[in-house]
Amino acid sequence: MMESLVSFFAMGGYYAYVWPAYGLAAVVLGGLLVVSLRALRVRQAEVDRLEGGGRRRRAGGGGA
Amino acid sequence: MTVSLHRFANPARFLKIAALVLPWASGLTVGLLGLGLYLGLVASPPDYQQGESVRIMYVHVPAAWMAMFVYSVIAVASATALIWRHPLADLVAQASSPIGACFTFLCLVTGSLWGKPMWGTWWMWDARMTSVLILFFLYLGHMSLSKAFDDPVRGAKAASVLALVGVVNLPIIKFSVDWWNTLHQPASVMRLDGPTIDGSMLTPLLLMALAFTMYYVALLILRVRAEMLDRKLRTARLAAVDAATVPAPAR
Repeated sequence: MMESLVSFFAMGGYYAYVWPAYGLAAVVLGGLLVVSLRALRVRQAEVDRLEGGGRRRRAGGGGA
Repeated sequence: MTVSLHRFANPARFLKIAALVLPWASGLTVGLLGLGLYLGLVASPPDYQQGESVRIMYVHVPAAWMAMFVYSVIAVASATALIWRHPLADLVAQASSPIGACFTFLCLVTGSLWGKPMWGTWWMWDARMTSVLILFFLYLGHMSLSKAFDDPVRGAKAASVLALVGVVNLPIIKFSVDWWNTLHQPASVMRLDGPTIDGSMLTPLLLMALAFTMYYVALLILRVRAEMLDRKLRTARLAAVDAATVPAPAR
């Protein structure tokens, strides 16, 4: 078990090339998802704030 | 009447369809990625010449396909935006270019990581690598050009023109390995006479490519929605500025 895991991670001696390739793909593609979700959330909050604020003002309520 | 329907009905319909597609695209991405990674990293055999280093292929080749596919989507969307002024087309193009840039970047770096042990060099200024590097710069140019004007309509138009001019690069990438001498191997999957790659390697390769495609669809939906909100906010801000500067009409 241990041995086969070690040989798996050794990648026939190419571990220094194979794992960075997969790791970088995970970081870049995962990072893109995080950035995209955050941008969506920030904008949605801004839209909600504007629309909610507008309603409050129309209703004669207090400040922003 | 038709103009107003054309302008406003489509984004609403897009949101409806997107809400249906997003969970499927996300689920398929996870499933296909899991299966593709298992087959690619564990179950598939090492190459008889390249040994285990061939496993870089399961990231490198799908990333390369996506780099070109996403650019084709941008080109079609740009043509649609310029000719029919479809309100969604610019959003799709602008939401796509950062995704395409990421896939192109991955293609270049994983290719480098594969080239070092197999060819003995990180980089060669040959036709395949240079044309993909140009694709990367086209993406960066598209991203910055669309944000370079105060008026987003002018930015979108300039970016569309750049995207369409850059289309000439796609066949150059595809056929560079046939037209010029290169270290890069010729096509082994998308060939007129059928794939020359063994099924045990072709299956994980196609699974990873499908996973990347589904991931692109999911990311595209998220980013188009963000772009839509962006337009909404811009309109709201402009309206607020107008309300503040133009004297209010008699009440």
